[in-house]
Amino acid sequence: MPTDTATAPPARHAPAPPTGQRRFLVRRSHRKKAALFTVVGIIAIITAFPLLWMITSSFKGPDEVLSTDILPSAPTVDNFDYVFTSVPFTRYLFNSFIISVTVTVVALFFHSMAAYALARLKFRGRDTIFIAVFSTLLVTAPVVLVPLFLVVHRLGLLNSYAGLIIPAIFSAFGIFLLRQFYLTIPAELEEAAILDGCGYWMIYRKIILPMSKSIFAALAVLFFLANWNSFLWPLVATTDQDLQVVQLGIVSFFEEHSADWNYVLAAAFVAAIPTLIIFGFFQRKIVESVKTSGMK
Amino acid sequence: MTGAIDTAGPAPATHKRPGRSRAAASDLAKRERRAAYLFLSPNLIGLTVFVAVPMLLSIVLAFFSVDGFGGYTFVGTANFERMVGDPQFIDSLGRTMIYLFVLVPGLFLSGLGLALLVRSQFPLVGLFRTALFAPNVVSLVVVALIWNFLLTDDVGFVAKLLGRLGITAPSWLGDPSYALGTVMVITIWFSMGYYMLIFLAGLQDIPREFYEVASIDGAGPWQTFRNVTWPMLKPTSFFILLTSTIAVMTGGLEMLVILTSGGPANSTTLIVYYVYQQAFVYGEFGYASAIGSIMVLILLAWSALLFALTRGGRFTHAD
Repeated sequence: MPTDTATAPPARHAPAPPTGQRRFLVRRSHRKKAALFTVVGIIAIITAFPLLWMITSSFKGPDEVLSTDILPSAPTVDNFDYVFTSVPFTRYLFNSFIISVTVTVVALFFHSMAAYALARLKFRGRDTIFIAVFSTLLVTAPVVLVPLFLVVHRLGLLNSYAGLIIPAIFSAFGIFLLRQFYLTIPAELEEAAILDGCGYWMIYRKIILPMSKSIFAALAVLFFLANWNSFLWPLVATTDQDLQVVQLGIVSFFEEHSADWNYVLAAAFVAAIPTLIIFGFFQRKIVESVKTSGMK
Repeated sequence: MTGAIDTAGPAPATHKRPGRSRAAASDLAKRERRAAYLFLSPNLIGLTVFVAVPMLLSIVLAFFSVDGFGGYTFVGTANFERMVGDPQFIDSLGRTMIYLFVLVPGLFLSGLGLALLVRSQFPLVGLFRTALFAPNVVSLVVVALIWNFLLTDDVGFVAKLLGRLGITAPSWLGDPSYALGTVMVITIWFSMGYYMLIFLAGLQDIPREFYEVASIDGAGPWQTFRNVTWPMLKPTSFFILLTSTIAVMTGGLEMLVILTSGGPANSTTLIVYYVYQQAFVYGEFGYASAIGSIMVLILLAWSALLFALTRGGRFTHAD
């Protein structure tokens, strides 16, 4: 423990405790750590268990899938074989991938443009626009599901990739986070660029975008996950088999094979693999962006 | 944050703005404004068409009857009158209130409790945090399928496990008196990790010295929590109460659609499901919009109440 750092409270209290008491404190903190380790460990295992159970069960045969043994006695990949050969599962994955990547890339581009204007440019109506954009954060997807469906229907975009992609691009969340980030950029950089004769587009491309790499990575992970996991909008906006996204695909697969849990869990696991991999790789980014979204 | 800034070096001291002529300055302002609107336009158009218009439309539609595809008839307040006499709607409203009053505190306490447990350093704490957050990463569809499997009547994992302990498991999703509770437990399972992270961020923002002072003053764990942690966490708590209410009220529809279809005996027909059902099962877009606008009104009232109780949500750090 630091006793006299610059930030320490005024020394009106007793100095360091005598050594006997310190040893007692150390022992007590050891015991506290052991207790925390045990309690949190148990909660963590229980929490993660259903996910692990899905993974191990998807390698079990049909006669074993309902057993209470954690590990399959004879691991098999037949379930995955069946999933990919009995339904166009590759197509589902492809659709989800194309949609999620397109939404993510376009959204980052558009959102950062808006955020740049809101954070770095001075113009009349800026605060009004910002408040208007911000207030749309209160509107969550299920609330506008019905009218959005009617709008997209009127635009003739139902049952098309455009209908799945375009409405998903626009949300205030990314604009808001990026704006907060751009507010922290020192003004000198832009002023120097302006003196060099750079236009706003050049400043955006040469200064703002390169500085956004790290926050883009965090947002990209969030956007990709949200779109990969999206179910309700594709459910109401598409009926075409060729446009099925993976989340819809596993639900219809489940409806056809509701008793064959080994197949259903294999399908669910395949749908979850990209999210789990991304989570594994970008855990820190996800945690950071969740925290920022919460605090600002 | 980024190394690129440093290499550019400090900008030369060139504050020439005041020296510029007035005309040039206003010209510059015009250019800046034009650029700003160009940068904003894709989003403003998109947000208008896909967020603002649907929002307004949902209010307008509440006064219309929409038949099949495209036929709109003005019906005045008929949709709202219908609501008053619709026992299914009244029931779903009551159910949603129960759901809110259990889940909002449930998520708050589980998130805060976990954050307090994992805030300090001990072996494997990073891994444990990951495990606690992991259910939040997979889709609600996958969540629904996993629990459908684990909770299968008689032969599911949970039923077998309880059977070994000599307990006969009820039909978790098939018995009207258990289904809503089951949905609530599953919701806590997959969202508590998210609220844990937000609380954790709030906890990490509390200056260490506050705890040192408290410990020197001889404060016990409860006193420390009461006098340091809790007051310092107020902004976080406010944020969580607000967002979790919105999430609970309007979220989880995927689970209801896949796991229970609002049943059994309508026991999991929450408002958000009732809106979905009226619109996409019965094609009653006007009536669905009217119910949806009631949902938004409840959310607005709740936000207003929260803001009022916390004096505008204006919590200031005590530093």
